[in-house]
Amino acid sequence: MLRLEGLEITQGDFRLAADMTLKHGRKYAVIGPSGAGKSTLLGALCGFVPLAAGRLFCGETEITNADPGARPMTMLFQDNNLFPHLTVLQNVGLGIKPDLRLTSEEKARVEAALVRVGLGDQMTKKPNALSGGQQSRAALARVLVQARPWVLLDEPFAALGPALRNEMLQLVQQLVAETGAGLIMVTHAPEDVRRIADEVIFVGSGRAEAPQPAAALMQNPPPELKAYLG
Amino acid sequence: MARRALSVSVKSGIGAAALVVALIVAALLAVVSRAEVGAGFLSSDWAAIRFTVWQAVLSALFSVVLAVPVARAFARRRFRGRAILVTLLGAPFILPVIVAVLGLLTVFGRSGWLNVVFEAVGLPPVSIYGLHGVVLAHVFFNLPLATRLLLQGWQTLPAERFRLAAQLRLTPWAMFRTLEWPLLRQVVPGVTALIFVICLTSFAVALTLGGGPKATTVELAIYQAFRFDFDLGRAALLSVTQLVLAGAAAVLALSIIPSISMGGGQDRPLRRWDALGGAQRVQDTVVITLAAAFLLLPLCAVVLRGMAGLAVMPPQVWAAAGLSLYVAIISVLVLLALALPMAGWIASGRTGGTEAIGLLGLSASPLMIGTGWFILINPLMNPADLALPVTALVNALMALPFCLRIMVPRLRDTLQDFGRLSVTLRLKGWPLWRWVILPRLAPQIGFAAGLTGALSVGDLGVITLFADQERATLPLQMYRLMGAYQMEAAAGAALLLLVMALGIFWVCDRGGRWHAEA
Repeated sequence: MLRLEGLEITQGDFRLAADMTLKHGRKYAVIGPSGAGKSTLLGALCGFVPLAAGRLFCGETEITNADPGARPMTMLFQDNNLFPHLTVLQNVGLGIKPDLRLTSEEKARVEAALVRVGLGDQMTKKPNALSGGQQSRAALARVLVQARPWVLLDEPFAALGPALRNEMLQLVQQLVAETGAGLIMVTHAPEDVRRIADEVIFVGSGRAEAPQPAAALMQNPPPELKAYLG
Repeated sequence: MARRALSVSVKSGIGAAALVVALIVAALLAVVSRAEVGAGFLSSDWAAIRFTVWQAVLSALFSVVLAVPVARAFARRRFRGRAILVTLLGAPFILPVIVAVLGLLTVFGRSGWLNVVFEAVGLPPVSIYGLHGVVLAHVFFNLPLATRLLLQGWQTLPAERFRLAAQLRLTPWAMFRTLEWPLLRQVVPGVTALIFVICLTSFAVALTLGGGPKATTVELAIYQAFRFDFDLGRAALLSVTQLVLAGAAAVLALSIIPSISMGGGQDRPLRRWDALGGAQRVQDTVVITLAAAFLLLPLCAVVLRGMAGLAVMPPQVWAAAGLSLYVAIISVLVLLALALPMAGWIASGRTGGTEAIGLLGLSASPLMIGTGWFILINPLMNPADLALPVTALVNALMALPFCLRIMVPRLRDTLQDFGRLSVTLRLKGWPLWRWVILPRLAPQIGFAAGLTGALSVGDLGVITLFADQERATLPLQMYRLMGAYQMEAAAGAALLLLVMALGIFWVCDRGGRWHAEA
């Protein structure tokens, strides 16, 4: 369970408030107009954006001031999810140990994750030698070995074509189902919401609304969301 | 924006910076404590101050004024060998001063190539010693620097502007007024200021081509007070003078000095539609040919003369070469130990203000630091025993500002791009350096190390204060050979030194790029 208690983020003129509880193992889509603060909300959860007020709990543990690396979540950014100078194997291995001194058991876990995402034969390549889809798969393999309770996606597949993006989202769906992790993903596409999300967090006019069941909300959107969806 | 994701080596960076400041301040305090302010300046000291400023003004003006047509010609011509020539413009930066001086002497000296030509056509011979020799050498070193900086400026002009200008059919003059003049007005003051500051601390050029009451820089006067009169009080007073002079100029110039990027990618292909024909074309060809001849002839002279000289080199030259290599390696190690944590600290900060600490080295004169440390060491032990370590250390300090400017931008980009990812992966400390920073920065580190090694191996500065007969680096040994009029042997040593400087640079630079990708 992830509890956002009276969160407030201020950056210059920009303000965002959030107060909600997210249930473990569910899939949340974060939607809203550009500049409303979707990425900022995820950044705040991960510890990259400072909070002006409020507290953040994971279960009973307060993580308001925890280091980004110590939080029970892993995030995929819009870009730079892989180090271009390291091999795929090393990139995924970093998810287990920052000094990359892996035991043979850990190495096997890395390889298994890469096989799972379909990169079993690309392990020693560097990211630049891979296609965009394969790069996303490598990043997902790292998410898999990190095995944190929450997975946050800040539109990591935005640069992919529609078919490839669907493929990736399907893979994400399978992975979180396998690991039982909760998913929070920023998206622009209503069809992604319908396809994947259990619940929707709408971010607009300075507030992140508490999550609502996706199907019902998309069927019958409130005026603000309707305006956004067009 | 978001909280700075990642701070690297803040403590060790501050530690390294504090050490740098301490080394310089200790030297400064030693110098101030010994400076005989009461004694005041001798008239020769005033002459030295005037000469220092005057030669720096002339050197800066000539370098920049000549660089404008050269840069313009390079900016608008595409020809075979252009890339090589532009790369060669960077060579004087790592060229040992004493080697260049020997090359200039061979071309412009009393019995040099130029005078041979002059004599043949019945013109009076020219002399390279004195003010014009010093300025000539400074222009030799700084014309390429100015050209590269101007060329960088030219390349910031977007291609669309040239396309637009071509559509409007601007005449060359209109082109100059609308595109190039505003650019020059922006870039030229900074470049001039930079060269002025560099020339203020000139020592080796003044030592070899200047001298005498009419052509002595303050740095040279420090050396003379030190070496000939062993008058530490006066050397100290002059050191303070030098520091005030160069420091004030550096502080004034700091805000307008351009960023020095010496990296490879300076050659963006840019199609130009103007100046395709006639007079402009001839003019550019002549300018490039003359500039290339001015820069390449002395180098050719060194190589040609050096080949003949290699055979007559006394064995001390080889010993000196060994010591120089040792000094260069120590310099590079010290530089990296200081620059890497400092770069991490600076790049973690929001603003670039902390770079100023590195720039302290630019205004602090090597001879001032040398004099200070001599004063500190002298009561404790024979300074000559520390000649090589002190030389290596001062060389590292001198290279530090340039190296920081090379490394910090790349490190800042790396933290920008991969800081958040590194944080989520809990990469910090050694693993962060091992897996992220060092691989990302390898080309810059190699380049900085190469620069430092080349500068250090060819440096003729502090070593002249500390060395005794037994201990001489290669540049000093070469200077002694020239002083003894063993010009052939000196030319051999010059070629050896040239090969070493370029070799060290090449090895480090290549090493850095070896596996660098993406």
